[in-house]
Amino acid sequence: MNQNEAHFNYILRLADTNLVLGHRLSEWSGHGPYLEEDIAMTNIALDMIGQANSLLQHAAKLEGKGRTEDDLAYMRNEREFYNTLLSEQKNIDFAFTIVRQFLSDAFDFHLYKKLESSKDETLAALAVKGGKEVTYHLRHTAAWMERLGDGTEESHARLQKAWNELWAYTADLFAMNTSDRELVKAGIAVDNETIKSAWLKTVEEVMKKAHLTMPANTWQHSGSREGKHTEHLGFLLAEMQYLHRTYPQAQW
Amino acid sequence: MENSEQERNFDAKLERNETIEPKDWMPDNYRKHLIRQISQHAHSEIVGMLPEGNWITRAPSLRRKMVLLAKVQDEGGHGLYLYSAAETLGITREELVSQLLTGKAKYSSIFNYPTLTWADIGAIGWLVDGAAIMNQVMLQRTSYGPYARAMVRICKEESFHQRQGYEIMMVLAKGSPEQKAMAQDAINRWWWPSLMMFGPTDEKSPNSANAIKWKIKRESNDQLRQKFVNQTVPQAEIIGLTVPDKDLVWNESKKGYDFGTPDWEEFYNVIAGNGPCNKDRLAARTKAHAEGAWVREAAQAFADKRKELEVI
Repeated sequence: MNQNEAHFNYILRLADTNLVLGHRLSEWSGHGPYLEEDIAMTNIALDMIGQANSLLQHAAKLEGKGRTEDDLAYMRNEREFYNTLLSEQKNIDFAFTIVRQFLSDAFDFHLYKKLESSKDETLAALAVKGGKEVTYHLRHTAAWMERLGDGTEESHARLQKAWNELWAYTADLFAMNTSDRELVKAGIAVDNETIKSAWLKTVEEVMKKAHLTMPANTWQHSGSREGKHTEHLGFLLAEMQYLHRTYPQAQW
Repeated sequence: MENSEQERNFDAKLERNETIEPKDWMPDNYRKHLIRQISQHAHSEIVGMLPEGNWITRAPSLRRKMVLLAKVQDEGGHGLYLYSAAETLGITREELVSQLLTGKAKYSSIFNYPTLTWADIGAIGWLVDGAAIMNQVMLQRTSYGPYARAMVRICKEESFHQRQGYEIMMVLAKGSPEQKAMAQDAINRWWWPSLMMFGPTDEKSPNSANAIKWKIKRESNDQLRQKFVNQTVPQAEIIGLTVPDKDLVWNESKKGYDFGTPDWEEFYNVIAGNGPCNKDRLAARTKAHAEGAWVREAAQAFADKRKELEVI
């Protein structure tokens, strides 16, 4: 992979994670636990898909092969997506959605802060804009973590269950491949190791407020950086891409 | 005789076209009529999120996906203002929601039709929101203040929704033959149900007389329906789609179209619960409400604990 390909691949990672997380959140639209939260989740979904859209436009330009953001979103297969494993996990219940979103928001919050000084000026500008949105998202999900964790016995039990299951996908958030490391040297990408302690601090503060404990099983899954996913992604893409792929030449 | 003085004041206010405000005296039937109408309107916004939300995950481009998300979010927001407007009349959101889930309260029957293809998202924006706007523009001048003010904001967003729906249809209509067929099929299925949205003909509309007298409604069902047809037929022609009505003809003397009669039997059947999606829509709302119960309880318990801490 030359540096431009690596750069393209790095942007895809950020875009895909936003796209897939936004998709999962959008599945709640019209089905939320109450109206205000339904609106909030739809709104956050919109922010995330908006970020994905801008990042994919940027990726398409970097690639320089005449592909558009829609080509990248709709015409790539499962093994060509680089979103985090966490982002594609299903909405088992509201607690799963909140834990998934909180862990991702906390990661993005610290990542975007660093990306603001990326030498890729477009990426830096997107990080400034995205960072503002993520600050709100994180505030929203951290507040829900606390509410569910310190709400009723049932809400606490559900939150802890989601936590135990989703914690296994957190190491994958930080996964980097060799070409990412080259980009770090060039000042384009962020070394994810450098945000780990800040992320963990945010996570531990919220865990404390939500009365959560770490799962006994600390096994961590990996693979998304090589496009190796859980089985959930294929179905998500099948739904997302079917219409676009049915009429590949069509304008919408 | 105190009542009659209050009544005279109320009538005089209507006469002067002043709005009625929550703390003003109002006849019981006026209050009941408004609760029924505003809550029905609110429920329609909420149930209306379902047929459109149905296509969010499958929208054919990222831009369309974002616009649809924003639109569905707007509908939720409209539901929220309208529930708040209804609450000013002395009913709670819980009561309103429970009336929807038990079937006591109605919502617009149009949402009991399915969104089968992507073109249906265009048809809903263009025709359904277009028909809704006819009603809502009138309601900006409705006599109850909180309802009228909610409508001003809602109308702004709805006219944007209508434009985006029309634009979806326009792009499909000038697209591939399959896309054009998809658009024509959508107008074929949505045209008549959209005309039914204005309600029964004036002589068969049970609630209309009072609504006009109280200046809740300012134009009749048939007047609004005529306006909608006059406005929409040329829009269809411009993009090369055909309105599925063999009786449609321009009538120069009334400067409007003559048009066919909707299938009122179908209309009453859908209201009675026999539309294609009545069961699914209510089941989806009931499921969301039931599965959200533990979340609402948790939020309440958490808020209560914080209140206790403040007291200590």
